[in-house]
Amino acid sequence: MSETTIPIPSGAVASERGTYLETIHSWIVTVDHKKLGIMYIVYALLFLVIAGVEALLMRIQLSAPNLHFLSPQTFNRMFTMHGTTMVFLVGMMILFGFGNYLIPLMIGARDMAFPRLNAFSFWLSAFAGMLLYFSFIGGSGLPGTGTAPDVGWFAYAPLTERAFSPGHTIDYWTVAILANGIGSIGTSINILATVFCMRCKGMTLMRLPLLAWIYATMSFLTLVAISPLTAAQAMLMMDRYLGAHFFDTQAGGSAILWAHFFWIFGHPEVYVLVLPAFGFANEIIPVFSRKAIFGYPAMVAASVGIAFISLSVWAHHMFTIGMTSYGNAFFTLSTMLVSVPTGIKIFNWLATLWGGRIRFQTPMLFAIGFLFQFLIAGLTGIMLSISAWDWQLHNTYFVVAHFHYVLVGAIIFMIFSALYYWYPKMTGRMLDERMGKWHFWLMVIGFHMTFDLMHIPGLLGMPRWIYTYGADRGWGTLNMLVSIGGGIQGIAILLFVINMVWSYFKGPHAGPDPWDAWTLEWSTASPPPVYNFAREPVVESRRPLWDLKHPEDPDSAFD
Amino acid sequence: MDSELRVISRVFIRRLKFVATALVLWPVMAAASPSTSIFSTQSTPAREVNGLAFFVLGITAAIFVAVGALLVYALVKFRARADDVAEPPQVFGSMQIELSWTIIPILIVTVLFLGTARVLFSVQDAPKPASALDVTAVGHQFWWEYHYPQYNITAANELHIPVGQGTTGRVTYLKLTSADVIHSFWIPQLGGKTDMLPNRVNEMWIDPAKPGLYLGQCGQFCGTQHAKMLLRVSVDTPEDFAKWIAGQQKAAVELPASGANSTGDAIDAPTGQRVFEQQACINCHTVSGTVANGRFGPDLTHLMSRATLAAGAMDNTPGNLKGWITNPDDYKTGSLMPAMHLTEKQYAQITAYLQTLK
Repeated sequence: MSETTIPIPSGAVASERGTYLETIHSWIVTVDHKKLGIMYIVYALLFLVIAGVEALLMRIQLSAPNLHFLSPQTFNRMFTMHGTTMVFLVGMMILFGFGNYLIPLMIGARDMAFPRLNAFSFWLSAFAGMLLYFSFIGGSGLPGTGTAPDVGWFAYAPLTERAFSPGHTIDYWTVAILANGIGSIGTSINILATVFCMRCKGMTLMRLPLLAWIYATMSFLTLVAISPLTAAQAMLMMDRYLGAHFFDTQAGGSAILWAHFFWIFGHPEVYVLVLPAFGFANEIIPVFSRKAIFGYPAMVAASVGIAFISLSVWAHHMFTIGMTSYGNAFFTLSTMLVSVPTGIKIFNWLATLWGGRIRFQTPMLFAIGFLFQFLIAGLTGIMLSISAWDWQLHNTYFVVAHFHYVLVGAIIFMIFSALYYWYPKMTGRMLDERMGKWHFWLMVIGFHMTFDLMHIPGLLGMPRWIYTYGADRGWGTLNMLVSIGGGIQGIAILLFVINMVWSYFKGPHAGPDPWDAWTLEWSTASPPPVYNFAREPVVESRRPLWDLKHPEDPDSAFD
Repeated sequence: MDSELRVISRVFIRRLKFVATALVLWPVMAAASPSTSIFSTQSTPAREVNGLAFFVLGITAAIFVAVGALLVYALVKFRARADDVAEPPQVFGSMQIELSWTIIPILIVTVLFLGTARVLFSVQDAPKPASALDVTAVGHQFWWEYHYPQYNITAANELHIPVGQGTTGRVTYLKLTSADVIHSFWIPQLGGKTDMLPNRVNEMWIDPAKPGLYLGQCGQFCGTQHAKMLLRVSVDTPEDFAKWIAGQQKAAVELPASGANSTGDAIDAPTGQRVFEQQACINCHTVSGTVANGRFGPDLTHLMSRATLAAGAMDNTPGNLKGWITNPDDYKTGSLMPAMHLTEKQYAQITAYLQTLK
């Protein structure tokens, strides 16, 4: 098989083991894309647990009417930190982690284009996260008297102005996001340069693995989207400390201006997060269906199309802010149009499954969960794009349920799928299948109990961001069930953490290619050596390992 | 063993019946207090939106069933079997198929967009009838202020409007703005949200179909007590509305000092009024016809005509009223009304006074 043509170095890597100090030192000073990728992922998983705990605290508070488990102020801090953490410190970080780890391996490169920029970006983003959480102790200005920011993750002005948010909590939030954004820009530039300049011989753009295509698209989108966010944060700081009046309505500033700036970042950001999830699905679904991806050019076009359309939909977050009927109509149409390329993707995945020999191993189970949940999330998204109906649905738990369907049901499920799929490559060990199946089913039960039911209180008039509600509103039973579902998801994720730690020491050895897959990362050892490939690979089709495994029927014959 | 199973199944069936009954009765039980469901609409723009909503729900449900069924079919039909040896035939794509699942969604989007645009323009660009009632609503952290320019009155938290045109009443046109941060005005049964922004005036209209009490709350996070910024709207018959207007137009009066006992010891309304007017209360609150003319907090001229205190945070009872002015944080943490640190007697006196503000 592959060993003969693309030589796989023997596992001579792990043999020289240093002292603990040397090991830590090697991780801190590393510019190796694989180590940085793993650090991104581990860092994001730590924050996933923290933000998950924040979510559970909120769910306890909301499980019945008129509870006093959290104070109003604490509750407001919890949802602000939960949202900010999940988007910036979990979503962005873990996806950049996978991108860092996988892209050079998949395109047959030895590292990213700019290894030092890579390390710089990681540490900048990582310290930004620390800064955000330092607000818990330093947010009021005096050490030890802090509070976290409490203005919601999109921090609408003028609530963030000094008149309404004294102290330094907003400053921590602003500077942390600004710094995190600079890290994201660095990584995006790096990914773009890597994808376009570092491909191995024979890997034309139309032979690029879809994951790399998607990461290039996502990086482009990040570059465009982060700029207005950074600008808005700078303007907010000028308002707060230099007497500017961009958003200071008491001095004639505009509250809507912030909303536009934030959402022209915020909506593309959703696609920045969901595109890599599509990328994972594009790699995982074909391998476990044993078929090539259906409609590769359509998939590329759909990804790029989604990115372009997503730049013109931001004001669908603002249907209630008082736009004209023409403004509302435009953003209704542009938002609905996203469903066309997204639909193409779903149908292509369906066509990939069609006629395959589907293997139901854990990565595929999570990918299947993703397919169903993303379908539903897309349909509730269409409902929200109906601007007239959105006047009712806006800012209710229906919206909260919808975007958690995207972020958890689609993105987090695909991240789990990707972790099961590439963990063997990263560590050399398989994750335990039995625990994996438990993890999957608990996650599915918990997810649907939480987020299916969460739509209903929204339809019954429950707005988001409320720390409690009256018994007479009739939202109690549903919220109790939603909270129980949240607890089940918590247990599932705990099981996953146990699985990762246990399998790291005790899991069966993976070998270079445990899934019988077709992209280049499976042609080298698990974990790969520092230099990735002893000899630079040469490819002749989209699935170089398929060509090696099936010399009688190579893809390259049709390329 | 057998009988045990039978008992268990009987219990199970009884529980199922209970759940089914509860589901059927849910709307009936919920009717005990006014609904906030977006589907039980009682006003014109909300009803048009509701019709659109069911149309969209129908289309999306059909898409879900069709695509979901195909997915399930594919997963079952094409699962790997133990006797599989070779890889399945490799198919790389088909331009015709790609085109079909591009064009069909575009057609669906066109239909959905046209349906939305129809409702959107008919609601947003509806001409305003000359007889319309004008109300200016101002959002505050964490309460609502209402001005009726045609009647020159100011109210707070509980909005009164007449029943709509269909019942020979009037359409209500609301101008919405904010005194501090962004709020959002929302009564699900009457209409969708419209944001209240500082430095800007937004508009919405409602044309309620029947009199009654309607509930809602602030729809945009506005600070600590966003959760207890509740809305009550009373839709009145034209006669009741006229009566309410007449009541609100009456000013309060300076009460004469209570006879010889003007030492300030009596716990009665006139003494209470003097305490009220000598304390900082009047910096924020207006009682029209008296020296109290603060604008920062709710107008108290007709406080007793309201069913709740602090934007729906509690019922308007003497006990709650006294507790609320004694320490607002006990009832609504983070409310901008400060505790004044008066004596127990002074609080009782102020309460006695406030209860005369009918």
